[in-house]
Amino acid sequence: MALVERSTPYQSSWAERIPTAWWIAGLVALIMPAFVNDFILFQVFGWTFVLGMIALSLMFLAGYGGMVSLIQMSVAALGGYMVAIFGTSGVAAISMDLPWWLYIPIAVIVAAAFGTLVGALAVRTEGIYTIMITLAIASAFFYFTRQNYGIFNGYSGFNLVVPPHLFGVDWRQPMPFYYLTLGCAVLSYLAVVYVSRSPFGLALQGVRDNPRRMAALGFNVTAHRIAAYTFASVIAAFGGILLVWQNAQISPGTAGIPAVIDILVIAVVGGVRRPIGPFIGALIYTVLRTFSPDILTGFGLSGERFKLLIGLGFLAVVFFSPDGVLGLWERWRARKGRGRDPLTGEAK
Amino acid sequence: MKKALFASVATCFLLPAGAMAEDTIKIGVLVALEGVFAAGGADGVRNVELAVEQAGGMAGGKKIELVVAPSDTTPDTAVRQARKLIEQDGVDIILGPLSGSEGIAMRDYAKTVPDKTIINGISGALETTWVDPAPNFFRFNLDGSQWGAGLGSYVVKEKGWNKVATVAADYSFGYTNFLGFAVDFCRSGGEIVERFWVPLGSSDFGGVIAAMPDDIDAIYLGVGGTDAINFLNQYEQAGAETNLIGGTIMADQTVLTSKGRAKDALIGTPTSGPLATDDPSPAWQAYVKAYQDAFPESERFPSPSLFGVGYYVAALAAIQGINEVGGDLGDGQAKLREALSTKPLDTPLGTVTLNENRQASGSVFITEVVEDGAGGLKVELKSRVDNVNQTLGMTPDEFRAMGLPSRDTPDCTALGGKG
Repeated sequence: MALVERSTPYQSSWAERIPTAWWIAGLVALIMPAFVNDFILFQVFGWTFVLGMIALSLMFLAGYGGMVSLIQMSVAALGGYMVAIFGTSGVAAISMDLPWWLYIPIAVIVAAAFGTLVGALAVRTEGIYTIMITLAIASAFFYFTRQNYGIFNGYSGFNLVVPPHLFGVDWRQPMPFYYLTLGCAVLSYLAVVYVSRSPFGLALQGVRDNPRRMAALGFNVTAHRIAAYTFASVIAAFGGILLVWQNAQISPGTAGIPAVIDILVIAVVGGVRRPIGPFIGALIYTVLRTFSPDILTGFGLSGERFKLLIGLGFLAVVFFSPDGVLGLWERWRARKGRGRDPLTGEAK
Repeated sequence: MKKALFASVATCFLLPAGAMAEDTIKIGVLVALEGVFAAGGADGVRNVELAVEQAGGMAGGKKIELVVAPSDTTPDTAVRQARKLIEQDGVDIILGPLSGSEGIAMRDYAKTVPDKTIINGISGALETTWVDPAPNFFRFNLDGSQWGAGLGSYVVKEKGWNKVATVAADYSFGYTNFLGFAVDFCRSGGEIVERFWVPLGSSDFGGVIAAMPDDIDAIYLGVGGTDAINFLNQYEQAGAETNLIGGTIMADQTVLTSKGRAKDALIGTPTSGPLATDDPSPAWQAYVKAYQDAFPESERFPSPSLFGVGYYVAALAAIQGINEVGGDLGDGQAKLREALSTKPLDTPLGTVTLNENRQASGSVFITEVVEDGAGGLKVELKSRVDNVNQTLGMTPDEFRAMGLPSRDTPDCTALGGKG
């Protein structure tokens, strides 16, 4: 009895358990609009949060489930397509003009169902075969949307897809869009952290580490993996909806093979061990993608070779740290820690 | 090195839009430098540089500064890069984009920046300036359907080919370019026996070739690049029995300079487009010479490409417009837009005027592929159709009634043809 009572005073409130660095990051993110211009807000950060969410869904599958899925971008694009088809777009012949509270759930459900279906196919395979089967379905999705005119409007896709004007706010203006994507990114981050610590998440990590033992313990390995796909697809679907709102249009190229690979690159560069990794990777990707031509011309080189810079950047990260930028950070901390006294924390 | 890199990254972040000297006009060049059209896009950049250089780097008494924004022919990237040009780099005018679906996306984007002006590079979708056009989007080159004008009546009257089957790329440019040919062909009484649509990037045309009807005079080919070479290879192996008619991208430099003998099937093929490399007009010849003199041979095409010419014309339009208003871009560029809309533009392709949708009317060149005597192929100018307008000579209502380009539009019977 005494033991139980003694544990209470050590229990700090949830707010105190969050490290200072997170408070600072959160504050910076909140007051960001005061420092940077609209372009940085909308294009760099908005895009970072959106891509980060889609890569986060991959991180969840790869990091906690041990399944590298290349289908996440297609799931996101399907979510975006559903918004265009059930909501309002410039292609009046196909779009159904449903209200937002109807088309958003429909989009998420359809995308999640698609992700689950692909997951059900993919979980029976391991390692490289999972990558191959999901890549195959992703390219099939790309070619299908490009050839199908009845539903997906083929090569041209849908234009003029904009977010609804809710609460008197135009959500496509840079500042509202920044907060919208920030909010969604934080929510999906928290959801992933929560799920990873829940019994389901722990079982999933057990399945990742030793599926046979988990099966012997009575866990349904396949069901856990498929459920992981469903959860990841919901996050990807929200990412896709935000993406279509940001671009105001969607076409097969949105989920083309380069875009599919980009998501993998973002997750790998950021690091797939922790849920914050994909967002770091996405920020690096967006900054490189947006500014590499300027950097090249700044050195007096031809701006056409911008892809070279992006490639070199990614190559360097993967070469020096196989577990992404986060891995670099952790190794740096470990090295710094070695110079300190483990008891007092002071430098030796 | 490290410092310079950091400084340039920092500059990108800190410089707000519009932080530039008063006597400079910034022009953004939005162009595909990645993907299928990368080579053509690079030629576009060269040609914009050429036009600016010819103007002495000045327009309307102000210095011109160019900012290149690379895209990859997807509309997503085009709009992203356009936004960067306007919001981050603070450009006044955008020249571009290059491909059709980018053009439609830019039309919609243009409406969100009414104070800036966008002059189309070489994108050819009809919808860009036909369906709900943007008041600040100008196109000084012809669209994809105009490029096909004149070819249909040429093959009926000059060649006597009345029954054709068509094989064309299954996407917007394929439809649009085909529409231009078909309208003219059907009005001349031709018959389209069967239409085959093949996905972009097809490698196997065996099924299409096998299903080709027997009693036709010619096959219309609306495919380009590697698709065209693959088709010709397989068509050659299957016997190559009939005549060919080429769409605008069929007989371009990439196909004519390809390796192997398959391209020989193209000899005698009529085709049409906005330019002819052997056009004898002094303006064109002078332009080709300037192009050849401006760049070393290893860094350019033998003569300017279709993409290059498009961007050159766009740059000419921008420079003439700015000169006309004396560099005054105030009042949301209203004067510039007025000058662009009203003043005819002299280009290497002839004089261009814009209609009420800010779409050019101009000349289309009918050419035929011939042997150049050195084992290669070249195109020879056969005929020229002037003043081709956006509605291909119909009234806007007739044109609208026909419907937008698609697999089944135009309906040949309704235009006086068959099939």
